[in-house]
Amino acid sequence: MKIRIKFTKYGPLRFIGHLDVMRFFQKAIRRAGIDVTYTTGFSPHQVMSFAAPLGVGLTSNGEYMDIQVNSLPASRDGLTPCQILTQRLNNASVKGLDVVSARILPENAGNAMASIAAASYSVRFREGREPQFLKGHLSDHNPESADCSKPADSSEMKDGTEITDCREITDCANDPVYAVLTTFMAKEEILITKNTKHGAREINIRPGIYELTWSDNTFHMLVDASSAGNIKPGQVIEALLADNGEQLQENALLITREDVFTATGEQNDGNKKFISLGEIGSLDADRLDVPISTSGKENAL
Amino acid sequence: MCDKLALSDDILMKIEKPERYIGHEVNSVVKNLGQVRVRFAMCFPDVYEIGMSHLGIQILYDMFNAMPDVWCERVYSPWVDLDAIMREQRIPLFALESQDPIKDFDFLGITIQYEMCYTNILQVLDLSQIPLNAMERGEDCPIVIGGGPCTYNPEPLADFFDIFYIGEGETQYERLIDLYKKCKDQGLGRVEFLRRVAKEVPGMYVPRFYEADYNEDGTLKSFTTTEEGIPATVRKEIVSDMSDACYPLKPLVPFIKITQDRVVLEIQRGCIRGCRFCQAGQIYRPVRERDVDTLKQYALEMLKNTGQEEISLSSLSSSDYSKLPELVNFLIEECSRQHTNISLPSLRIDAFSLDVMSKVQDVKKSSLTFAPEAGSQRLRNVINKGLTEEAILKGARLAFESGWNRVKLYFMLGLPTETEEDIRGIAELCNNIAALFFETVPKEKRVNGRVQIVASTSFFVPKPFTPFQWAGQCTKEVFLDKAYQTRTAISAQLNQKSIKYNWHEADASVLEGVLARGDRRLCDVIRRVYEKGSIYDAWGEYYDNSKWLETMAEYGLTPDFYAHRERSTDELLPWDFIDCGVSKEFLIREWERAKREEVSENCKLKCQACGAAGFGCGICVVPRTESIAADAGC
Repeated sequence: MKIRIKFTKYGPLRFIGHLDVMRFFQKAIRRAGIDVTYTTGFSPHQVMSFAAPLGVGLTSNGEYMDIQVNSLPASRDGLTPCQILTQRLNNASVKGLDVVSARILPENAGNAMASIAAASYSVRFREGREPQFLKGHLSDHNPESADCSKPADSSEMKDGTEITDCREITDCANDPVYAVLTTFMAKEEILITKNTKHGAREINIRPGIYELTWSDNTFHMLVDASSAGNIKPGQVIEALLADNGEQLQENALLITREDVFTATGEQNDGNKKFISLGEIGSLDADRLDVPISTSGKENAL
Repeated sequence: MCDKLALSDDILMKIEKPERYIGHEVNSVVKNLGQVRVRFAMCFPDVYEIGMSHLGIQILYDMFNAMPDVWCERVYSPWVDLDAIMREQRIPLFALESQDPIKDFDFLGITIQYEMCYTNILQVLDLSQIPLNAMERGEDCPIVIGGGPCTYNPEPLADFFDIFYIGEGETQYERLIDLYKKCKDQGLGRVEFLRRVAKEVPGMYVPRFYEADYNEDGTLKSFTTTEEGIPATVRKEIVSDMSDACYPLKPLVPFIKITQDRVVLEIQRGCIRGCRFCQAGQIYRPVRERDVDTLKQYALEMLKNTGQEEISLSSLSSSDYSKLPELVNFLIEECSRQHTNISLPSLRIDAFSLDVMSKVQDVKKSSLTFAPEAGSQRLRNVINKGLTEEAILKGARLAFESGWNRVKLYFMLGLPTETEEDIRGIAELCNNIAALFFETVPKEKRVNGRVQIVASTSFFVPKPFTPFQWAGQCTKEVFLDKAYQTRTAISAQLNQKSIKYNWHEADASVLEGVLARGDRRLCDVIRRVYEKGSIYDAWGEYYDNSKWLETMAEYGLTPDFYAHRERSTDELLPWDFIDCGVSKEFLIREWERAKREEVSENCKLKCQACGAAGFGCGICVVPRTESIAADAGC
C-alpha cells in the first residue's frame, strides 16, 4: 500500500540538496523500522517517489514523498497506525526535516511526482536587498518571522482548497503595494528569458501565476509547478521588479514553499481547482482493508 | 541542536556542497556548554567526504563524547572554493557541531593519514587563526596534537605540533585530558602542561623538548632531549584487548555521499603477513582480533542506528580473521533480511571467498582483485608477499568457472632489487590469466566474448619502520621508464587486447618518499610551500611539483638525500627515537633476508621474534598450535 508522507524543511537543513533529502529518508525509514517495500535484485532499493524537488536554500512547510509499505504499525495508545508511523519516522529524523503526517493513498492515486500542478510560496526580501518600491511599506523588521530556522506556525499554512479565483486580491486593498501588484497581474503577458541547453528563450509566465498577494512583508504566490510549466518564485519576483525598473539583487530572497497541489479539473468559472497533496488519502487505516503488523515489532532488527 | 551557522547564506549559496559545513548529521553530538570543561576539535585535514569516511575519527569522536565533561566536534579542510572566501573575509575556521571558531577550543587533534596532506594541516591551522609554529602559540591557543600513521615519523611536522600521540588513540586520551584539567586548575601554563605530558603520559612526543644535530653530509648526528626527565624514546600505545575497546555503535550518517558511505566493522587490527614494503603491517603489530559475537552484535546495532544500506568489513587482511566464515555467513543472512549490501574488501581469492562473493554481489558486474604487488616469484619473495602465481591462477580459474570475467591486478614498480625480468613478469602474469580464461570458459559461455584484465602499478615509496626503510627510492625518470617498460611488455603479449594498463604519477610518489623519511629541516620547506599557495597536494589537479623542488633547493635540501639514496643500517634515522614495538634488529634481519630473496613465515605459522610480543597481547599470546589449525582451515 502507498503512504504519502508530508514533511517540512527548515533551519540549517535548507542547504541539503534534493537527492540528499531522498537518501536521508531512505535511511530514516530503515532506522524507524518501517516495513517498507523493496525492489528485488543485488541492490534492492525502497519503492519511493518524491514530489517536486526543492531548491537548495529554500525552506518548506509542505514537502511530500510517497512510499510503498507491506504493512503498517499496529494502533497503540489511541494513536492510529499512520500517527505511529509519523511518530516513529520523526524520532528517526533530525530537527529541520520534520515529519508532519502520513496518509494512506487510494490505490488509484497517481505518484507524487507526476500529479503536481501548482505550488504556493512565501517570499520575503533579505534586509537591505528590497526594491525601492517596497521601501517605506515594510513594517518593523520582525526577527521572529524572519528567522528561517524556526518552523512556520501551522496556522500560516495556506489551505489549498480555499484558493479559487486568484485574481481577486481583496484583503490587501489598502496596501500601497497593491497598485504595483494589480498592474503586474493585469498584464496579458509577462515575458522572461529562460536559459536552456539550446540557448536563451522567451517564455510567458503570466498564465502560470495563479495568485500573487502581499501581506506581512511577504509576497504570497500560487504558481504553476507542473513539469511542463514550472515557475520559480524568483522568476516572478524578478519580473515584478523589472516591471518597476528595478533589478533583483543577488541572493535577495528568502523563499518558503508552503504547499504543493494537484489539479482536480476546472471549476465553473474556468479556473483550475487545486487540492493540496496532503489532502489526498486517509489518515485512518481502520476504515481501509490494509494489513496491520501484528508483532508490533516491524523493525527488521 | 543549535541553528547557528558560521557561514552566511550568501556564502553557503555560492559554494559547492554547502552540506560539508553545516553539521546536523544524524548521530552528531551536541552538548550543553555549561557542562563541558574541555572542548576538543577533531580534524581530518582533507575534504569532508574523505574525512568523514575515516573510521579512526569515528572511534575517537565516540570515545571523547562518552566523557561527560568533554565535547568533541569535527572539522575538515574547507574545499578550495570556501578556502578562498574564508581567507578573503578573514572568517575563522569553525567546528561543525557548534559552528564555533576552532581557536576557542582547548585541543585541536589532527589525524595524519598520508604525507600529501601536510600542507592541508597548515591550511587548517592558518584558517583557524592559530600560529603555524607551536613555539609561537600563546596561552589562549588550542593544544595542537597529531596522531595517525604518519606520526611514526613526525619530524617533518615537528614545528607545527605541540604533541604527537604515538600509537592507538583509545588508550591515553583520558589521562591526557585529566592532566590538562589538573594543570588548568593549578593555573600552570601551556609549557608546563606540555612538559608534564612528555614526562607523565605514555606515548606522547612533545617535539619542543627534543633537539636534532646533523653531520656534515646531512645525516642525523644526534637526537637528544633538552631537559632532564623527558624520555629519550617514546613507545607506541596499543589496545591490548580489542573486544573491550570502545567502538562507535552510533556512527555519524552524513547527508551527502561520502567516499566510504557505509557502516564499517573493524574485525581486527594488525596483520600477520609481514609484507616488507608495508608500514601498516609493522606498526599495528601484533594482530588483535575482535570477538566474533561482539562483532555480530555491533553490526546489528550499527545498521539499526544509522539506517545505512551497506556494511563493510575493515582490516588489513580479512581472510586471516579466524572466525571469518562464521561472521560472513551471519551477515549474509541478516543483510538479505534487511536488504543491506555487504562489501568484503581484502579477501584472498579462494573457493570460500568466491562462494561468499557470488552471494553478495552481481558476478556479471563485479571484478576480482589480486594484489601480487610484484610480477615474478623472485621479487614476491623479496617483498615477502606470500601470493604465488599458482594460487592466483587457481583462484582465477575458479572465478572464471563461476562466471566472473573481470580481473584487477595491483603491482608496485621500483621495489628493491627489481629487474627488467620482474617487470616482464607483470605482463606475462596478466597474459597467463587471460589465456586461462579462454582455456577455462567455452566460447558460448563468454559474456561479451572476452575477459577484461586491468593491471595497475603504483610506485614504491619506502616507509619508516619497514624492512625497506633503508632502501633507495627510484627517481622520477627511472619510475617512468619502468612504467614504459611495463606498457611495452604488455603490448607484446598474445592477449594484449584483453589487458588494460594504468600507472600513477611519478612526481608525487617521489615527494611522498621525501616527506615519509624526512627530518626536521623539512618543516621550513613545508611551511614555505604552503605560503606559496599549495594545498590539497593529495589531489592531482592541485599538486604543483615544481613548487616543492624549487623550495627544497631554496633551503639547500634535495630529494636525492631524502628519497633516492640507500641508507646504511648504522645511520641514525630521524624516527629512531620512536619504539613501535618492532625492533631494529628484526627490521635489519628482514632487510637482509629480502636481499637474499628469502621468505619469512607469517605470525600464525612461526614467530619471527619481531619484538611485538613485548605488548603481551593478540597473536603473540595465542597458543601456536591453535593458530596453525586456524590457518590450515582457510
